[in-house]
Amino acid sequence: MSTVKLTVNGKAVAVDVEDRTLLVQLLRDHLNLTGTHVGCDTSQCGACVVHMDGKAVKSCTMLAGQADGASITTIEGIAKGDELHPMQAAFRDNHGLQCGYCTPGMIMSAIDIVHRYGGQLDEATVRAELEGNICRCTGYHNIVKAVLDAAGRMKVSQAAE
Amino acid sequence: MYQTTYHRASSVDEAVSLFGESSEAKFLAGGQTLLPVMKQRLASPSDVIDLGKIKELQGVELSGDTLTIKAATTYYDIMTNADVKKAIPAIAHLTSVLGDPAVRYRGTIGGSIANNDPAADFPAALLALGATVKTNKRSIAAEDFFQGLFSTALEDGELITAVSFPVPAKAGYEKMRHPASRFALTGVFVAQTKSGEVRVAATGASQSGVMRVPAIEAALKSNWSPSAIDGVAISANGLLADIHGTAEYRANLIKVMAQRAVSAAG
Ligand SMILES: Cc1cc2nc3c(=O)[nH]c(=O)nc-3n(C[C@H](O)[C@H](O)[C@H](O)COP(=O)(O)OP(=O)(O)OC[C@H]3O[C@@H](n4cnc5c(N)ncnc54)[C@H](O)[C@@H]3O)c2cc1C
Ligand code: FES
Ligand code: FES
Repeated sequence: MSTVKLTVNGKAVAVDVEDRTLLVQLLRDHLNLTGTHVGCDTSQCGACVVHMDGKAVKSCTMLAGQADGASITTIEGIAKGDELHPMQAAFRDNHGLQCGYCTPGMIMSAIDIVHRYGGQLDEATVRAELEGNICRCTGYHNIVKAVLDAAGRMKVSQAAE
Repeated sequence: MYQTTYHRASSVDEAVSLFGESSEAKFLAGGQTLLPVMKQRLASPSDVIDLGKIKELQGVELSGDTLTIKAATTYYDIMTNADVKKAIPAIAHLTSVLGDPAVRYRGTIGGSIANNDPAADFPAALLALGATVKTNKRSIAAEDFFQGLFSTALEDGELITAVSFPVPAKAGYEKMRHPASRFALTGVFVAQTKSGEVRVAATGASQSGVMRVPAIEAALKSNWSPSAIDGVAISANGLLADIHGTAEYRANLIKVMAQRAVSAAG
């Protein structure tokens, strides 16, 4: 057992976990943040993506101990109160989800993509950059539309800040 | 995953001595191979020694004609590094088609070559460029380092600290990506050294891991152009065959990927 200290969605937490605990288990089982999903056993589906120090990583492919001292943002941490994050709003408006299983990971990856590319996004780039996130429902079309839509909204809201 | 004890090392010396004190330790770099394997219970190290926070294992240095990438530098940091893009853009390109963005944020060059997956990308770059693997004990030429499927010259507890690449005159890498895993169904790295030597390495193709392709090297030596490879015959003997592609298919892919890599190298 070890105590892992990290910041999750802006709040400092200290959690006692077995050393073999994955970051996603710490989030879901110890902090009850069940928005982050687990869709595979092979590190391929991206349902578990969270941000660690601003970078989109697979929380199923990290030990909790590796995140000691880091700042983690999950899907629960991106809205401002009742106001959805522009990426969440764009997924809703563009019908970018059906069952919703892949959505938290999609959204966390998509925000990272927009941060990296800024306004320079086009459809081909979004499709290539989302290759680590698998969706069994939508056929991706509306997800790609949502990300492009959100990229525009995020630019506007950044400019306004 | 079975029980294990996690250690975070802050220096190479500390990592090596922690390894020595444990019964069955493993170094943990990006974790993008080791953790999936531990989750499947195919590996059960008593201790994992995290290299991720060791400063001396991070970063890229360009000095004269040598590009050195420290072992725990992530693919993302390699891909976006100005010296890599300037000195050997083919390596920046290789990292951009390796895995997916989340894998690239975590996976490292040291972990990739220590693992030596027969379909991994970096082994082809090291072999074609004639790189040198630096460890806490010695320097190992790429030729001697890779020893078949998932096996390398590393001794138990030996830690890779860096990889040094001689800057080539020209280099290119192209791969046919497996559509699900994104590993190389076959990938070919071509390089022309500053002294005019041509070296070509293929990954994902051979039953015994990364390999040189002498027939294509000879063709490119006399004529550095994609068309020089048209008439080269690649034998399917010893090549991988599985549900994704026959040995003959891979033999042809070696040619096609080499041609694309030469075009990319210019
Ligand atoms: C979805 C997915 C897609 C992928 N696609 C590709 C792909 O297209 N191409 C590709 O090449 N790879 C791919 N990979 C594998 C990826 O490149 C891994 O990052 C790599 O194989 C291991 O590097 P790591 O830093 O994650 O090492 P780890 O997983 O931490 O370690 C791997 C092994 O190397 C050892 N090790 C690590 N660092 C050192 C060191 N400095 N000295 C000695 N031993 C060390 C460890 O003990 C362990 O045995 C993919 C992985 C995933 C999950
Ligand atoms: S749960 Fe599938 S990649 Fe993490
Ligand atoms: S919406 Fe169902 S998996 Fe993507």
